[in-house]
Amino acid sequence: MRTVAVVGASLAGLSAVRALRRQGFEGRVVVVGGEPHRPYDRPPLSKDFLAGRLEEPDLTLEAEGEDLGLEWRLGSPAVCLDPSARTVRLGDGSAVQADGVVLATGALPCRLPGSERYDNVHVLRTLRDALALREQLLPGRRLVVVGAGLIGLEVASTARALGIDVTVVDPQAAPMTEALGLDVAGVVTALHERNGVRLLGGARVEGLVGPGAGRAEGVQLHGGLRLPADLVLLAMGVRPAVEWLHGSGVRVDRRGVLCDGAGVSSIPGVVAVGDCSAWYDVEDADFRREEHWTAARERAAVAVGSLLGCSTPAPVRPPYFWSDQFGLRLQFTGRRRADDELVVEEGDPLDLDFLATYRREGLPVGVVALERGRSFTKWRRVLAAPAIQQAVRA
Amino acid sequence: MRVCALSELAPGEGRRVELDPPVAVFHTDDGDVYAIDDTCTHQDASLADGWLEGCEVECPLHASRFDLRTGAVDAPPAKKPVRTHEVSVEGDDVYITLSEAAPNLPPGVGAPTGGSAPSTQGLA
Ligand SMILES: Cc1cc2nc3c(=O)[nH]c(=O)nc-3n(C[C@H](O)[C@H](O)[C@H](O)COP(=O)(O)OP(=O)(O)OC[C@H]3O[C@@H](n4cnc5c(N)ncnc54)[C@H](O)[C@@H]3O)c2cc1C
Ligand code: FES
Repeated sequence: MRTVAVVGASLAGLSAVRALRRQGFEGRVVVVGGEPHRPYDRPPLSKDFLAGRLEEPDLTLEAEGEDLGLEWRLGSPAVCLDPSARTVRLGDGSAVQADGVVLATGALPCRLPGSERYDNVHVLRTLRDALALREQLLPGRRLVVVGAGLIGLEVASTARALGIDVTVVDPQAAPMTEALGLDVAGVVTALHERNGVRLLGGARVEGLVGPGAGRAEGVQLHGGLRLPADLVLLAMGVRPAVEWLHGSGVRVDRRGVLCDGAGVSSIPGVVAVGDCSAWYDVEDADFRREEHWTAARERAAVAVGSLLGCSTPAPVRPPYFWSDQFGLRLQFTGRRRADDELVVEEGDPLDLDFLATYRREGLPVGVVALERGRSFTKWRRVLAAPAIQQAVRA
Repeated sequence: MRVCALSELAPGEGRRVELDPPVAVFHTDDGDVYAIDDTCTHQDASLADGWLEGCEVECPLHASRFDLRTGAVDAPPAKKPVRTHEVSVEGDDVYITLSEAAPNLPPGVGAPTGGSAPSTQGLA
């Protein structure tokens, strides 16, 4: 293998490049990025960057003086992949020929029809999105957030601290019920209500209210209720950025690039990692997209190992994410199913300070914690232990 | 300065010592004892809460790894090393000599963060 093309210049792409070099690949590496920027970190976009406590240079993901010997092709997206010739074509007409390809194109936010035509209706995925949103987050304004997932809730928290009137609407009765279960959703609800966020659960959004372009006036809910807004954030989830792969023969579906348990796509020599990918998960016996920062960072080494022909891929740790809301740190690891039992191990959820496990037939399969970093790490190690992993699978 | 008893610090564990800035003392599985600044250089996380493996501790939040011997960080998001402090063990007592270098504290730590303080009191 002489040349590797990495498509997507963000966390998964950069982690893949680092892994390539660490695993001894000395050949040419071309990094294709649709955005004009070198890799930057997204989590602060809904937190400290949005609050104005961090600026652009703080977001860079590259270490000072880090030189991986890369060829950067930034500012023009890949538009097609020809796997037989192993060629990636770019929007500017140029092409990159490579022996191996790493797909790391991440995900794109879902939108409401017509939302692009409004200046005050936002999504939040890129630095550009964050700058546009930040500029409009002025004290006293009314923000309606559509979607109570991590990004929606974090923006709600940041916006409240900036003195903004915030309403969050979501089809689920309580925020994050699907991810964390009803009990923890109740804690999240309490945290937000206590800090003055108006949460409207069980609400279906019909569309935006407004003249069709310029400034939207609000959000229309199913059933007639209309929420006036000075600005709107659509945080309704993401879809993998894989449209450009249609027709390439690489197997994709709505979950992303379908890969085996070590990141290899349906085409040998093409691996995928990060938010654009759905790896086969033995426990679920299905493909599963892990849209979190840590998965993009850790799994890159596994995918690269597959690409370079390493026969024993390192095991991946159980999924993990964190979230910062109202100055509190929420952490989750493992896998939770709807019928797992929540057992509080430490603290009290009502005090917004606790650690709880999700148990399946008594066995811990997931851990959620608020402000319990120390014990959380211990539990994370317990969950990552091979014995537990195996028992869960059995 | 004495920071703790070795017998209170099981191998594989770390402990935070409340100094300003706080220090983390680790006892590795191989029986060595190290001391570094406790606060991650990326954000406000306690490295004593981190995942200790060999001579490295992984930050509990975003997984940057710090070498306990040198303070060096493997890869971002943390970009700056932590300070290391000299350790000596005499009998069961662990002593450290604080580094005289300036600490690499993350932005916002030790300084007011601005914005109205959110209410995080209990709900009961
Ligand atoms: C606001 C925000 C807050 C977040 N907070 C957290 C958090 O607190 N905790 C957590 O665990 N996770 C968080 N995440 C999720 C985390 O940031 C993502 O999981 C991570 O960025 C995924 O990395 P990635 O490299 O796979 O994808 P991305 O970071 O999305 O990067 C993909 C890159 O590929 C580029 N690209 C797309 N298509 C093409 C193409 N055809 N050709 C070339 N380039 C292309 C994109 O422009 C982008 O730069 C957050 C995400 C956002 C947006
Ligand atoms: S706080 Fe340590 S890596 Fe982010």
